[in-house]
Amino acid sequence: MIDILIDVFSWVLLILGGVCVLIGGIGGLRLPNFYTRIHAASLTDTMGAILIFVGMMLQSGLTLATLKLFAIMLFLLLTGPTATYALANAALLSGLKPDTGSNHDEVEKEEPAE
Amino acid sequence: MNNNQTTLVFQTGKARPSSVILLFVILSISWLLWSGLYKPLLISLGIFSCLLSVYLAYRMGFFKHHKALLRLMPRLPGYWMWLLKEIVVSSIDVAKLILNPSLPISPKVVKLKALPKTDVGQVILGNSITLSPGTVTLDVYEGEITVHCITSEGAKELEKGEANRRAAALERR
Repeated sequence: MIDILIDVFSWVLLILGGVCVLIGGIGGLRLPNFYTRIHAASLTDTMGAILIFVGMMLQSGLTLATLKLFAIMLFLLLTGPTATYALANAALLSGLKPDTGSNHDEVEKEEPAE
Repeated sequence: MNNNQTTLVFQTGKARPSSVILLFVILSISWLLWSGLYKPLLISLGIFSCLLSVYLAYRMGFFKHHKALLRLMPRLPGYWMWLLKEIVVSSIDVAKLILNPSLPISPKVVKLKALPKTDVGQVILGNSITLSPGTVTLDVYEGEITVHCITSEGAKELEKGEANRRAAALERR
């Protein structure tokens, strides 16, 4: 009985994780510019990753595999934001303005050298 | 090129041999436990990757910061619990936002004064902000954090500074 409950619960988590990844993808298409699209990507790689990994941990039960899955999840959650920061910071430093009103990406124009 | 090299020296700092060896031992033990295979080829590959990791950690200045990191380690699980709750709440908000047909986004850039004093504390704060959907850290420079929020409500929430306070609480004595 308890086995079936855990199985159902883990499948619910896996499906919810899949839905999160899907919504992240839709967001990547719908949102207007670079900085807002990053937010959609962060939905995929935090909530999607957490739900899918917890679902897989419930599937594998109390084994070494569960510990490994937990470690992988932890490393993903530690490195993911670092990569996002590298991307966003590179965009900021290269002159992509995080402008609040505009609907498309604007690059700071450099004055032509005389 | 020259400029690049000076920042590299500045980042690396000094490392005591004892902490370098300790890191290598910890990495080797975790490799052995997680691989579970004791063939000569795999073990030599493991030693190689441990050495590479230690070198990279040295190069990026890990040994300048590891004391601060070890000090706040015991409080991390409690912080993660709170962060998990925040992630779930803000994920639902962002998912609703994306699926809303009128796409009611109101992007805003916020500058925050980071309350954590150490570099490690500021990195944890910046990464926590990026980790929760709806807010992304754009820049961390001399204790000032620039954050891009997808809605102005998210920006207000951030300016109340609960994340900031909790990250600072991690490193109190």
